[in-house]
Amino acid sequence: MQLKRIARAASCALMLATAALPLAAQNANEIVPVPLSGETLTVYSGRTESLIAPILEQFTAETGVQVEVRYGNTAEMAAVILEEGDNSPADVFIAQDAGALGALAQENRLSPLPSDILERVPAAYRSDDGLWVGLSGRARVFVYNTEALSEEELPTSILDLTDPQWAGRVGWAPTNASFQSHVTGLRLLLGDDATREWLEGMVANGTIPYDNNRAIVQAVIDGEIDLGLVNHYYLYGFLADDPDVPAANYYLPGGDPGALINVAGAGVVNTSDQPGLAQRLILYLLGQNAQTYFAENTYEYPLVPGVEPSFQLIPLDELEVPDLDLSDLSDLQTTLDMLSETGALP
Amino acid sequence: MQISQTARTPLRTTLARYAPRSTAFKPPAPTALQLITLLIVALVSLPIGYLVIRAAGAGEAGLAYLLDGRTLKVISNSLLLTGAVVAAAALIGVPFAWLTARTDLPFRRFWLVAGLLTMVIPSYIGAMMYIAAFGPRGLLQSLLEPFGVQSLPSIYGFWGAWLSITLFTYPYVVLPVRAALLNMDPALDESARSLGMNRWKVFWRVTLPQLRPAMATGMLLTALYTLSDFGAVALMRYDAFTRVIYLQYTSSFDRNRAAILSLVLVAITLALLVMERLAARKRHNYRIGVGCQRTLQPVALGRWRIPALAFCGTLVTVGVLAPVGVLAYWLARGAGEITMDLLHPALNTVGASGLTALVVGVVALPPALLSARASSRLNRWLVQLAYLGNVLPGLVVALALVYFAANYLPNVYQTLPILILGYSTRFLPLSIGSTSSALTQINPRLEEVGRSMGLNSFQIARRIVAPLARAGILAGMALVFLSVMKELPTTLLLSPTGFVTLPTEIWTAHNQVQMSRLGAPSLVLIAVSALSLFIMLRQEKHD
Repeated sequence: MQLKRIARAASCALMLATAALPLAAQNANEIVPVPLSGETLTVYSGRTESLIAPILEQFTAETGVQVEVRYGNTAEMAAVILEEGDNSPADVFIAQDAGALGALAQENRLSPLPSDILERVPAAYRSDDGLWVGLSGRARVFVYNTEALSEEELPTSILDLTDPQWAGRVGWAPTNASFQSHVTGLRLLLGDDATREWLEGMVANGTIPYDNNRAIVQAVIDGEIDLGLVNHYYLYGFLADDPDVPAANYYLPGGDPGALINVAGAGVVNTSDQPGLAQRLILYLLGQNAQTYFAENTYEYPLVPGVEPSFQLIPLDELEVPDLDLSDLSDLQTTLDMLSETGALP
Repeated sequence: MQISQTARTPLRTTLARYAPRSTAFKPPAPTALQLITLLIVALVSLPIGYLVIRAAGAGEAGLAYLLDGRTLKVISNSLLLTGAVVAAAALIGVPFAWLTARTDLPFRRFWLVAGLLTMVIPSYIGAMMYIAAFGPRGLLQSLLEPFGVQSLPSIYGFWGAWLSITLFTYPYVVLPVRAALLNMDPALDESARSLGMNRWKVFWRVTLPQLRPAMATGMLLTALYTLSDFGAVALMRYDAFTRVIYLQYTSSFDRNRAAILSLVLVAITLALLVMERLAARKRHNYRIGVGCQRTLQPVALGRWRIPALAFCGTLVTVGVLAPVGVLAYWLARGAGEITMDLLHPALNTVGASGLTALVVGVVALPPALLSARASSRLNRWLVQLAYLGNVLPGLVVALALVYFAANYLPNVYQTLPILILGYSTRFLPLSIGSTSSALTQINPRLEEVGRSMGLNSFQIARRIVAPLARAGILAGMALVFLSVMKELPTTLLLSPTGFVTLPTEIWTAHNQVQMSRLGAPSLVLIAVSALSLFIMLRQEKHD
């Protein structure tokens, strides 16, 4: 009887005591010095937390501006901003690729950026209309298992992957924004019909879908698949942990449509009530500090001239890439429909 | 004439005075209860209503999508998985219940508890563990590698989803079947034996038919769970409803498709419930006439003891030991390597679950009172509607709330209240059920006595009803607490920006292939679940 009372009292007390906690704990996982301005920016990030959070925390540390980040898939975050309409709490949208930014720009959901932000990066890596700006560059590559394949055995074009010899050996990430943007690129380079045919061939060939690039690289290292379609920098994270992992990047030669350069970028959402502060964050991400972070910590290509990429990378201007304007990648919807119709997306 | 009339009136009054009153405790104002319940029903069903509007807004394109081959494929995938899981859960659950309830199996109590422990492991953690253990280049394969095993059959797809959901849902069959076995009248079995049937025949022709209602309940619960489970099918990459809805939501601009698929899922779930109700009408399984049941004699297993032990052992190994073992292995591998903040996710999880349990505990009172005390056709309908959350998969509730709040409730959008509303919609039925059954068990005479002693309605509620119903209400709240803590899809979609919980930590760690970050939050989640289940069972025993 006594025990029962105690148990009950304890469970009651537990529930009551814990009820008040989330309110207190909500922001507690960000380590913040005394905020100078007391201002808060809301960021919707299609970039993974582990890649972008450290530099956002530095921004907070230096400026005292709190940053609340909502992480998700790039297309998801763009769609959420569209859904929210005038009610969107987002100030800044950070995307994994130019396509989603272009799609938001087309729906008039981004406000123009001032020229001192835009002109920090070469014209090729920002929106033609000045609505978004690239923060870091990435190359589309094949990552392959060096125990299963030698470089000579690799296909010279992304179009060769529909060949039966690659059946069940290749991985891709159809839900990933960088991949989707790449397909938009293929549509521009090859036309819709050829792209559809390629997608159908890939699906028929049993190409294995993964949730993201990181999972593909892991699967290649594990030997689960022999080859994967990814952005170049994920591999270096694994190499930093263990230099002996049996995987390498392969840059497709001769300007093949498989060798695309894309950017991760940002824009200010047009319903933001603090566009100035939002621009300040983007400016920070184009600063020396952040660009060096992208170069050295995430192994991406810094886009601001004067900051050097990691020594492991082939310099951006030496890559043989097809000629493509990143601002033209905005037709995400048609790409998504095509992915869905070909069965690449369920 | 006149005389007889005057004579009749007092007689009628006298009779009325002695007639038994059907309900002693009239709720203060039934209309107020009805109104509150109506409000709750509205709150629960509004977002779903909006989903209908949304899907209808897709127009012809939506209809085309609905009839598309890919949609039909999703439907058949889901039905196939549900059927297979239900069949397997019954094939595991019924023998397991029988072994632990009616036989002389050694360590029966231990097997029972160990077998039911799978309930505290969320299916997404289970699925992650099976992928790690049985997946390509997983632990099992690396153990077998010295023997020349290069690859194992793929765990992904149907079989992986089937395995993980079955192993974490068969307790839904075990619990009701076990209860039915314990309450069964042994006289029937004995009569059958005396009429010349052997053990098997008795089981098939006497015991099993009596178990049918309990099996139906358990299988229905399993089916509902399978249709609504998100984590396991998503991780196993099986294109069942929840995975496809989630992919449509996260990687498409066309939000209407996710809404359409969600509604199809709700329709299938409702159809399942209706079918079960119709089937239940035909059953009659009760004891006619008075009599006294004797205690059941345990069946001697004899030489079947070894296979029985092997069966229970395998179940516990695959269902509990393997997942927890993999988790412990990851924890050990990740220890010291990565420092992570566990405290805040744990506090957030426990806090949000506690808050929901409190809210639901209070909100469940009006519908529960209505269901227990004031039955009329209207009230029954109202209560049924409040149970709506039962058939709404968490993902659908979350999706509806995201759409609804983003458009109409900008002030609470992406705040804790919306998350709590999502949880509450989903788990309110658990609390109503528990509370109303506690209320029906209170003898109305006690309240009459209170009234005759001069207590008013409020005093009766506080001093008589509340203490008597408290255990039931608390049990319902504990069940809600436990369910919310493990919940994944609603948490993923509705959490306030920056609000990290144990499930979201686990999900993120898995997405980023940081397995060493998975062990600690998963074990904490399982430990807290097990603890609250333990407290709950203890309470039950004492009450």
